[in-house]
Amino acid sequence: MRESRWWILSLSAAALMVVLLTLHMGLMHLSGLMKVLGVDPGDVRSFAAVMERGRSLAQMVFYLLFLGAALYHGLYGLRSVLLEVTPPRGQGVLSGLVLAAGLLAFAYGAYVTVRTFTG
Amino acid sequence: MAEAARRVQSGPPKRIGVRGWVYAGRYGLDRYLYILQRASGLGLILYLFLHIYETGIRLRGEAAWSATMALFRTPVFVVFEFILFAGFVFHALNGLRLIFAELGWLLGPPTRPVYPYRTSIRRHRPWVYALMVLTGLFVALAAWDIFVLLD
Ligand code: HEM
Repeated sequence: MRESRWWILSLSAAALMVVLLTLHMGLMHLSGLMKVLGVDPGDVRSFAAVMERGRSLAQMVFYLLFLGAALYHGLYGLRSVLLEVTPPRGQGVLSGLVLAAGLLAFAYGAYVTVRTFTG
Repeated sequence: MAEAARRVQSGPPKRIGVRGWVYAGRYGLDRYLYILQRASGLGLILYLFLHIYETGIRLRGEAAWSATMALFRTPVFVVFEFILFAGFVFHALNGLRLIFAELGWLLGPPTRPVYPYRTSIRRHRPWVYALMVLTGLFVALAAWDIFVLLD
């Protein structure tokens, strides 16, 4: 695939994250504010709440999508930054390393998500 | 002479290397926003790896999970959480602006280059200010939530 396509994919992942990340950050980091607005989500970070959310199919799909989009966009960005200081010879190796880190992190994150779902 | 020939061959030094990542010279506001976009993005990806590890702690049971969450409620981590949130707000809003600009939106129609010039960057500038105000507003709300409401 041409570089410009990978870049468009990264921008699309970012656009998707505007929705997913805003929901996630709002719920997990601004629950005090939500309470003021009349929606009390309770202790969103308690073990019971985390496990209960994790057992919903919708949540599992949400998290897998989110994990993929965030890792792809973030690591594509990291690779762009590092490519600027990598001589042409090393660029293939760099892309390979970044890809491997992304796949490993995705595999672990997906494992945790699916294990929580299946209980 | 040899030096001049070498310079013709390789051209003048074009790169200022890593210094160019933080030094915007005469480029001004947009270039500094780009630097901040990059810095906040790198912060977020670093955090994402920690976050994937840390959320996996739930598989080790309730005690391990609760101990981790208690650690996150200590002052140092609360300050980190705020910085993370501020980085996210800036990166997301400025990123949205960049995506629009890259699609050619919010730049105004093309015009003939007649003096005094009005570049698309100038026409786009009000959006930059609007988004910075919005970023400031969300960051202030986050500070209220993280430091006051949840205490
Ligand atoms: C609301 C979500 C987000 C939006 C709208 C967004 C948007 C953007 C945009 C438009 C760029 C510039 C890319 C370019 O023009 O080539 C960028 C850069 C970057 N983003 Fe994001 N982003 C978001 C979330 C994230 C997250 C969660 C991470 C990390 C996990 C991240 C990491 C990065 C990095 C490392 C860069 C630097 C690329 C460079 O300087 O070349 N972003 N983002």
